[in-house]
Amino acid sequence: MAMATSAIEYSSVKSIAGPLLIVEGVEGAAYGEIVEVICPDGEKRMGQVLEAREGLAVVQVFEGTTGLSTNQTRVRFTGRTAKIGVSMEMLGRIFNGAGRPIDGGPEIVPEKELDINGYPLNPVSRKVPSDFIQTGISTIDGMNTLVRGQKLPIFSGSGLPHNQLAAQIARQAKVRGEGEKFAVVFAAMGITSEEANFFMEEFRKTGALERAVVFINLADDPAIERILTPRLALTVAEYLAYEKDMHVLVILTDMTNYCEALREISAARNEVPGRRGYPGYMYTDLATIYERAGRVKGRIGTITQIPILTMPDDDITHPIPDLTGYITEGQIVLSRELHRKGIYPPVDVLPSLSRLAGNGQGPGKTREDHKKVINQAYAAYAEGRSLRDLVAVVGEEALTDRDRAYLKFADEFEDKFVRQGKDEDRSIEETLDLLWELLAILPEEELKRVDRELIEKYHPKYRKKLQTKE
Amino acid sequence: MPVVGKIIKIAGPVVVAEGMKGAQMYEVVKVGEEKLTGEIIQLHDDKAVIQVYEETSGIKPGEPVVGTGAPLSVELGPGMLRAMYDGIQRPLTAIEEKTGSIFIPRGVDVPALPRDVKWEFKPTVSEGDFVEEGDIIGTVEETPSIVHKILVPIGVKGKIVEIKEGKFTVEETVAVVEMENGERRDIIMMQKWPVRKPRPYKEKLPPKIPLITGQRVEDTFFTLAKGGTAAIPGPFGSGKTVTQHQLAKWSDADVVVYIGCGERGNEMTEVIEEFPHLEDIRTGNKLMDRTVLIANTSNMPVAAREASVYTGITIAEYFRDMGYGVLLTADSTSRWAEAMREISGRLEEMPGEEGYPAYLASRLAQFYERAGRVITLGKDDRQGFVCIVGAVSPPGGDFSEPVTSNTLRIVKVFWALDANLARRRHFPAINWLQSYSLYIDDVTDWWLTNTGPDWRQLRDEAMGLLQKEAELQEIVQLVGPDALPDRERVILEVARMLREDFLQQDAFDEVDTYCPPMKQYLMLKIIMTFYQEALKAVERGVEPAKILKVSVKQDIARMKYIPHDEFINVKSKEIMEKIKNELGSLN
Repeated sequence: MAMATSAIEYSSVKSIAGPLLIVEGVEGAAYGEIVEVICPDGEKRMGQVLEAREGLAVVQVFEGTTGLSTNQTRVRFTGRTAKIGVSMEMLGRIFNGAGRPIDGGPEIVPEKELDINGYPLNPVSRKVPSDFIQTGISTIDGMNTLVRGQKLPIFSGSGLPHNQLAAQIARQAKVRGEGEKFAVVFAAMGITSEEANFFMEEFRKTGALERAVVFINLADDPAIERILTPRLALTVAEYLAYEKDMHVLVILTDMTNYCEALREISAARNEVPGRRGYPGYMYTDLATIYERAGRVKGRIGTITQIPILTMPDDDITHPIPDLTGYITEGQIVLSRELHRKGIYPPVDVLPSLSRLAGNGQGPGKTREDHKKVINQAYAAYAEGRSLRDLVAVVGEEALTDRDRAYLKFADEFEDKFVRQGKDEDRSIEETLDLLWELLAILPEEELKRVDRELIEKYHPKYRKKLQTKE
Repeated sequence: MPVVGKIIKIAGPVVVAEGMKGAQMYEVVKVGEEKLTGEIIQLHDDKAVIQVYEETSGIKPGEPVVGTGAPLSVELGPGMLRAMYDGIQRPLTAIEEKTGSIFIPRGVDVPALPRDVKWEFKPTVSEGDFVEEGDIIGTVEETPSIVHKILVPIGVKGKIVEIKEGKFTVEETVAVVEMENGERRDIIMMQKWPVRKPRPYKEKLPPKIPLITGQRVEDTFFTLAKGGTAAIPGPFGSGKTVTQHQLAKWSDADVVVYIGCGERGNEMTEVIEEFPHLEDIRTGNKLMDRTVLIANTSNMPVAAREASVYTGITIAEYFRDMGYGVLLTADSTSRWAEAMREISGRLEEMPGEEGYPAYLASRLAQFYERAGRVITLGKDDRQGFVCIVGAVSPPGGDFSEPVTSNTLRIVKVFWALDANLARRRHFPAINWLQSYSLYIDDVTDWWLTNTGPDWRQLRDEAMGLLQKEAELQEIVQLVGPDALPDRERVILEVARMLREDFLQQDAFDEVDTYCPPMKQYLMLKIIMTFYQEALKAVERGVEPAKILKVSVKQDIARMKYIPHDEFINVKSKEIMEKIKNELGSLN
């Protein structure tokens, strides 16, 4: 339909600033239209119309504007908005951040083309996520239960093992007792080739690559391309989930780099900056990414998202983690302190949260004691941690026996419960039993948050009695 | 004649069109070939700046813009309850049915009120009666919980010359009024009202009656009055959403308008799935039968998010005008403010603080000012109220940021949610030291009449103890609890009791989820009696350690789980006796 106008090529580039081109004399360029930018040396780059006026278009060039000139650059308006061709062949393939294959394989023959911006899910079509995903990681399964259709980011810091954790989740995640179709969509934005290789190696080693679609934008790839990468990934995920009935786990790393790219474009457009120079629309923009997770009526497939972001200077109030936390359903926070103690995964359970945890816990999903026992463990660990501060002031001798028990609990909790091997895949029963064992450190009358009944059933003291009786 | 113009610029949700001479400010227009809905927000000569409520990609300069001649309005009439709308009152369920898609595509046009449903209209006036604006001419039992009253529209006054009875759609005439100038007006059950214009009323009333929410910390300590305004700020993870759900479920308003403004999709879905199943203790029906939901999630178009708050308040005012009490919760007004900021940025307006437009404060004030307990229009002087509870989401938990600080200048109640409390599993995580209510003096009379003559005294004493505890805690941090004088150790113990046994409330416990005022009063009285008796014991020279061991402490800890009637009529007296016996016998 738009083909007649689509062939039109302009060489009237008026100005170039940062990633933006301003093209004059343009007729009928659509907002959001994809353009092809032909460099003086013949190289083709991709761009998108950010502002369309009569006789003028502002174009952002995804691969950057290096080497472009105002007199020799040609711009071709394609007449279509950003789309990606999708098909089942994409499984097992690796693409760059703009969606082109980079694994040496053939081009994808698309089954259909989908708008990469997608459409907002109708809230009445959604279903509340409630299927427990066992990741095999105690701090997540036990304390911050993940469910299908949830978006649960990892808030990390530079130098922390978030990639290992994400890879471990991707490897181990399963819904128990079900042999359903499962896929991983992995989108990397601005990560180093080392990190990318780590993930590729992980996926290859475990055979996960066959059921993965990988998009990689490396640190030295054009920054602006990162605006596309997560959208491409999520469009493919939606196709796999809602049309091909697959349960898709989407890993986006590192969202901080995505936000930096957003800021770069905003600055180049001379927009009014919001907090710390990030554009005022960053919340809305991030929402259009994170909200593309969920579980919907009448479809089998689901999309679960694990975005990873590194908090600049470990600051959780920085706009990127802050806005993310307002959109996602909780967060897994990694702690530098635990990492220094040599504990992997260094998940700090106190600021971590899964807002949908309650939906995935309890009888039939995990175990009847789940909610209560983690409540007790949370409270006890928090108490133990605050006692550490006290010890620093008054010394351990000044503590009561009760307080010492709490201190011991906090230490053991970190050492036995939080700490686990990079390949250790704990079942939820193991995770919960472990918690009971640790809680046995405390005097029994301190276990106020669990019912008597549960104590008699699960507390090691009574369990041992039971076993000896038998 | 509708105005027809031509698009000259598109930048995100903002579109500029020329040839728009004759268009009005805030007029709704249809943008482009796909007829996307938009609203004019600026006019310069023949150019109109339009905010578009749907995604604009693919729209080109040169495409038409057609005026509708009317400002952004909502349809008011039977069919709103139980409905779920987006920010500009498009019915989400109907959209799902019409499109057969799980997504919301662009340019869908579905009327807000169903046109095919016939409602049973029962007239309450007769031919020959004289009616004026705001009078009730008939009723429709819209849901088992709410009788929808059909009001004479604003601007209509005269004699009823025809009145019908039976089943009608919202577009069919149910009455004819002969105006004073002889003109005959057909009255239908549906009215339209521009969202940005407050609906008129006769008189605003003082906020003397508390809105009972059944939540102890809110009712007893930081009371919200009927017709009042409150803000809940909460850094993420502090239990803001559960607090709001509890309000919607339990407060004694007739109608609940719940605006999910820029919030999570799954959270809205939880409301959508949960509300229809929730028992409504007040009517015995479902909570949904008296609820209007507006869901404009964070990924839905930003301009519709800006409008959603106005859509909600207009619907709330309409139910108020029928004589109902309405609780409006807006979650979150920060997202609303951000929508304003985003649009303001696209308009290249001069920014104020942190990029928010300079009119942020006045828009917030105008919105909260639409709350109030009023005498409505109409001859029978009905009373109705709208309470606004607005959530704010301060970035980084910083209360000095513009949205929070401007909101606090306007609202009278502040329920300060605290992530630290949430982390310690203290729920509702409302910080008793930071929160306040400016209605306490206004509502004291009500409490004295409806609970006991010492209510205010107990409340103030309890607050004093909690304050004192905070001071003592600092000392304890330095020297340990053993160094405190006996009296002070008792204070610490009672303050802990207040925190754990009174302030903490379990939203998921069948009994504790709602606590009636009388039970709140008695619980507080019991704890304060314990305090008095413990002080007496200390004066007699009893060691604090003995006081801390009395068994009645367990009874006090169990109070919240005792069914209300049993507690009020029997158990409270027993516990009171036991306190006096146990503490009195110590020596």
